[in-house]
Amino acid sequence: MTATTHPAPRWTSRDPESGYDVVVVGSGGHGLATAYHLARDHGIGNVAVLEKGWLAGGNMARNTAIIRSNYLWDASAGIYEHALRLWEGLADDLGRDVLLSQRGVLNLAHTLHDVRDSVRRVNANRLNGIDAEWLGPDEVKKLVPILDTGPSLRYPVMGATYQPRAGIAKHDLVAWGYAEAAERLGVHLVEDCEVTGFQRSGDRVVGVHTTRGPIAAGRVALAAAGHTSVLAATLGLRLPLQSHPLQALVTELLEPVLDTVVMSNAVHVYVSQADKGELVMGAGIDAYNGYGQRGSFATIEHELAAGVALFPLFAQARLLRTWGGTVDVTPDASPIIGLTPFSGLYLNCGWGTGGFKATPGAGHVFADTIANDRPHPLAAPYTLERFTTGALVDEHGAAAVAH
Amino acid sequence: MSGPERVEIVFDGRTLAARRGLSLAAALLEAGVRTVSTGAATGRPRGVYGIGAEEPGAFVRVESAVGAPMAAATEVAVEDGLRASGLAGFARLPAGQEEPAAVRRDKVWAHCDVCVVGGGPAGLAAARAAADAGARVILAGRGAEFGGGLTGAAAAIGGVPEREWRAGQAAALAAAAEVRLLRRTVVTGRYDHGELIALQRRPDAPAGGALERLWHIRAGAVVLATGGAERPIAFEGCDLPGVMLAGAAAGYARRFGVRPWRSAVVFGCHDEALWNAAELHDAGVRIAAVADARPEPGAAPAAALAERGIALHRGHGVLRARGGADGTLDAAVLAPVDPAGRACGDPVEVPCDLLAVSGGHDPVLDLAAHTGLRPRWSAARAAFLPAALPEGLHCAGAAAGTRAAEDAVAEGAAAGAAAAAGPEVPGGGAAPGPVAARTAHGAADGGAPPMALWATAGPDTDEAAVVVDLAREATLADVRAAVAAGRSSVEHVKRSTTIGTGPDQGRTSGVLLTGLLAAMLGRGMDEVGGTTRRPPYAPIPFAALAGRDTGEFLDPVRRTPMHAWHEAHGAVFEDVGQWKRPRYYPREGEDMGAAVLRECRAARSGAAVLDASTLGKIMVAGRDAGVFLDAMYTGMASTLKVGRCRYGIMCTADGMVFDDGVAVRLADDRYLITTTSGNADTVLAWLEEWAQTEWPHLCVQFTPVTDHWATVSLTGPRSREIMAGLAPRMDVSAAGFKFMTWRDGEVAGVPARVLRVGFTGELTFEINVAAHYGAAVWEAVQDAGLEHGITAYGTETMHVLRAEKGFIVVGHETDGSVTPLDAGMGWAVSTKKDFVGRRSLARADSARADRGQLVGLVPDDPRRVLAEGAQLVAASDAGAAPPVPMQGHVTSSYDSAALGRSFALALLRGGRDRHGERVLAVHLDEATPARVVDPVFYDKEGSRRDG
Amino acid sequence: MLLIPCPWCGPRDEAEFRYGGQAGIGYPADPAALSDAAWAEYLFFRDNPSGWFAERWFHTAGCRRWCDALRNTEDNAIAGACPPGGTLPEVPR
Repeated sequence: MTATTHPAPRWTSRDPESGYDVVVVGSGGHGLATAYHLARDHGIGNVAVLEKGWLAGGNMARNTAIIRSNYLWDASAGIYEHALRLWEGLADDLGRDVLLSQRGVLNLAHTLHDVRDSVRRVNANRLNGIDAEWLGPDEVKKLVPILDTGPSLRYPVMGATYQPRAGIAKHDLVAWGYAEAAERLGVHLVEDCEVTGFQRSGDRVVGVHTTRGPIAAGRVALAAAGHTSVLAATLGLRLPLQSHPLQALVTELLEPVLDTVVMSNAVHVYVSQADKGELVMGAGIDAYNGYGQRGSFATIEHELAAGVALFPLFAQARLLRTWGGTVDVTPDASPIIGLTPFSGLYLNCGWGTGGFKATPGAGHVFADTIANDRPHPLAAPYTLERFTTGALVDEHGAAAVAH
Repeated sequence: MSGPERVEIVFDGRTLAARRGLSLAAALLEAGVRTVSTGAATGRPRGVYGIGAEEPGAFVRVESAVGAPMAAATEVAVEDGLRASGLAGFARLPAGQEEPAAVRRDKVWAHCDVCVVGGGPAGLAAARAAADAGARVILAGRGAEFGGGLTGAAAAIGGVPEREWRAGQAAALAAAAEVRLLRRTVVTGRYDHGELIALQRRPDAPAGGALERLWHIRAGAVVLATGGAERPIAFEGCDLPGVMLAGAAAGYARRFGVRPWRSAVVFGCHDEALWNAAELHDAGVRIAAVADARPEPGAAPAAALAERGIALHRGHGVLRARGGADGTLDAAVLAPVDPAGRACGDPVEVPCDLLAVSGGHDPVLDLAAHTGLRPRWSAARAAFLPAALPEGLHCAGAAAGTRAAEDAVAEGAAAGAAAAAGPEVPGGGAAPGPVAARTAHGAADGGAPPMALWATAGPDTDEAAVVVDLAREATLADVRAAVAAGRSSVEHVKRSTTIGTGPDQGRTSGVLLTGLLAAMLGRGMDEVGGTTRRPPYAPIPFAALAGRDTGEFLDPVRRTPMHAWHEAHGAVFEDVGQWKRPRYYPREGEDMGAAVLRECRAARSGAAVLDASTLGKIMVAGRDAGVFLDAMYTGMASTLKVGRCRYGIMCTADGMVFDDGVAVRLADDRYLITTTSGNADTVLAWLEEWAQTEWPHLCVQFTPVTDHWATVSLTGPRSREIMAGLAPRMDVSAAGFKFMTWRDGEVAGVPARVLRVGFTGELTFEINVAAHYGAAVWEAVQDAGLEHGITAYGTETMHVLRAEKGFIVVGHETDGSVTPLDAGMGWAVSTKKDFVGRRSLARADSARADRGQLVGLVPDDPRRVLAEGAQLVAASDAGAAPPVPMQGHVTSSYDSAALGRSFALALLRGGRDRHGERVLAVHLDEATPARVVDPVFYDKEGSRRDG
Repeated sequence: MLLIPCPWCGPRDEAEFRYGGQAGIGYPADPAALSDAAWAEYLFFRDNPSGWFAERWFHTAGCRRWCDALRNTEDNAIAGACPPGGTLPEVPR
């Protein structure tokens, strides 16, 4: 008798050695995937992944596990679709099921403005080779019968973009699968080892200081999400990042009611039903900076008011647990991947709410960038320099207004 | 106290008599229902196991109002007509509208100096002390009455019988002016700056009142008198119905007079479990055996058991619960055990129908943990106790580890007084620390220290049957497998095994898991730690979180003064920000296309009128208003003469178009500026930010006046004649009232400000009147225009007319990545001054020649209207396989009555230099050829604007 | 829900405010004289400390005035607030 249905990937947290070819700071999905690809694709197995707490215990343990690649701009489509293709082969790559469920993602449109933007995005996706459809309210209703698509909603559903290949995965299994695979390739996983600063030789970073002593490194790769700014600040390196609380929640286990991921940016509802049965919902980012892994309860209340409006059936569902992560957000809501003014130091940060879905792609591209000391072509639009030239990759359409 | 009144309830289709005042769990126990539900994964039976929020097994669905798809039977109150059924692990949301309309929820916001959470002895004493000290107090208790663990107890406090003491406290609190008593209220979360969220059930609400209420309490200080949580000891078969927590079993007997058991075995490792055995005996339950894993239990409880003739097996434990034919408890297997719980002697089997187990009590500290407090393990007390508490947070009674009622009362009083003495505003000063918890286990009292015991094991114990988490059906074998796979963090083991993630939040399994892991890994309890307690403490229905923010109240609806007229004339509305704007006015038999063509024709050939009241309007006043606006607009404002108007664009500091509108110079020190409808608040905030935080030396103030005015935009070649009729004293001639000027006067008999500005390219008068005249003036304009065929038009026609003129709409032609130059508005950008965003236009990327630039498009087929959002690709890429390079996209696209054909606006890479080129507009599976043209399609010379 | 001590209105719920990010970022006197890099620094680069942070809030639903506040981004403790550019409490250590 047991409720644990997934065989557990095996890995071991160990003590750090005195030095490595590459030290990856942060054992979230991105850090683990980066280490895995360094070892697998570039023959760099002398790698340590340093974690200040427990492995994959930050945003990786706290996200809503939505995977999609239906982004507007070419640069975003490039990296997220790259990630999605890797997702599709990840179980084979890792030799572990990650419960990838390509159940499709709907992004709802509630105003004429939403509709124009959505159609534009669908067309861009299709020309970029990404599966994307535009569905009218009736088609949306057919796909998700429990969604209220009637005209009486305060902001009626006027249609939705639909990406059939999008979906969800089981975040813990992804992290542990990467950990196991990376360790098999020689990577050291070190928990309870907080990086407190960097060892430098001129403008070159040659190692890290940690709560468990100094560790030399040929190269240092930052994959520390919300804590990147704090680490970079120890080098006097300022980054265009702000760390915000991002909250999520689950209900109790429910009989199946929803087999599609439904997202509504306009009212901040992001919902799916996990394989075990709970509804998993993401809220909007809290406006203020915060590292406390908690946000304001009002954010949850607003989200659920909108959630109940869209899904009347959810009225009796019960909020069982809420939690928060710390997401690092850039001015254009797109990541920073690449080199830094310090040789030997590489950045992968600024993923905001998009980090989980990019995991395999980010790891693959970041590893390639580190191994070759130049941005991978898919990372090229995501350099720090774009903030100077103005070549932003603005995915949130700052001026969403109309006459 | 439970009254004698009996009501009928229905459980699993069976009608049962139950006493009002009982929980459903108590009623089911009394009715002899042993199996309440089944496990989700294994289908094993589950009975009542606890007595409160800790219940991990007896989950039911409540079908009567207020319904719940999943609730612990211990948390459901018996009320007349209660209908419920046992769950097989999963909750089922009710299909359709099962909830009667009478089920209402609301929200209340409240403030107090001291909020006491928990209505037991410590809570009552704390509230009393805080109130006596003059504090405004809110006391929140979970029950229908205050008393907590005391209710029904025979104990005395300060020589006063408990019931009398409690009644006295409650009466005194009820009489206090500044005390608010919240019954049936569970505080679910504690947040920053003294905020508490609480859910109150209100079955006795007046008709039409809310049956559930969500409280938002802002408290200067908080006293946690949240009691203790009993933890079990795991053994083989410990999930069988009939096995339950010892304190819960005693509580059912004491509080509710529910004691359906014939023969009980009690198993514990601390004195309180022995006292529970004595209580059960005194309530009439035969105690077949008591096993205490300690070699030396407390002398006093041991003597109490001996007095009652109850066999106490020292140094013994229960190795196994055995099930009978009905799948419920039949017997317990006892054996001598060592301090680790391992069997070290021969087992004996004792028949029983109740196996009451208790491993100890841990303070309920969820509300402290919500903001980060981590309790510390006390080996002496075998419990996780509160460590240093933050300022403004106090802890008393069982929540501080103090189990004896009299001690809890003293501690509560001290905490209440300390809380009342603390600062009213969080962060304003120091508050006393927690009252030191006392021990009730001193040898002087005839007690002995408790022992920490997590599980028992015999030589043939099947660890896959030793259930650690009943709700998630996770076992000792699961924990061991997780550790074997390298998991060493309690969080990892939680995630591997799902322990602690059930609807009970692992209240009976959390500390057990920590203990088991500490033993397996050879680590200390604090080193292993517990999993993080997350809000809410108890589940909250989504509907209660939504409250009344449902339906149209999800977001306020803004309507113009003319809204009723629009509705009466069949307008189809669109949402623009919070506004409802008429999109078009279809007549009988017309679709949108036909209606819009008709409205457009009227505007171009006769007269048409638009309700433009939603345009944002801000008064900008002060000596430096002009200088300030020069910095905000891409163009000049300070040089604008009084009496004139000018179109203006605002950019973000990043140089991207963010809003546009018209600046009207009313006086040397006074402008009225307009904004887009959805953006008025944002623009106001933007202006305030620059004025207050960057240039506070400038004398400039802002007043939002959007709602003060109703705006009627009258357009078309016949509009002058209509205006002449409406405003006989106003010179409306082309020479007397020039384009981009304004004047005050009287229109339709009311004071009005008229602007010669428009968005259609036709002669336009924008009539602004006080909002309360809006409907009347609108109708007067309709009447005056009747003979000229005046036609009301909506946003869709407005968009067509302006697109024919190549005017942009923020949000159509811009998306946060478009500069004024991209949008072809270079003429509105001054090169003579700085403005917010200007520097950004000189950056490498902003100056790129191949940026998306505004162009016009004419489809080869004049009847084809391109899709808005179609992507533009090179004609040579027809039929190419992805990825296909994209050159731009269609931003606006319409059929035009004036042009007699379709046309579109688009942003196209380097588009200004590509007029005449042909491109493909790709929408879904269609690629439509179109020619790139100048974006001004109609009246390039501007000859029509003066009529 | 944070409780923000508006210098004019007293403590008020966060819902009444808009967030304004780091305090004390001055608009450059002569943007045209700045290099692209220096302009980018002004536009996009802000402190992001884990700990005490001087930040701005706009009391939109109250007095409609901006204020500066000193808040700890780890535990949200607020040490004080003042009018824009005023004096905040010394950073507690």
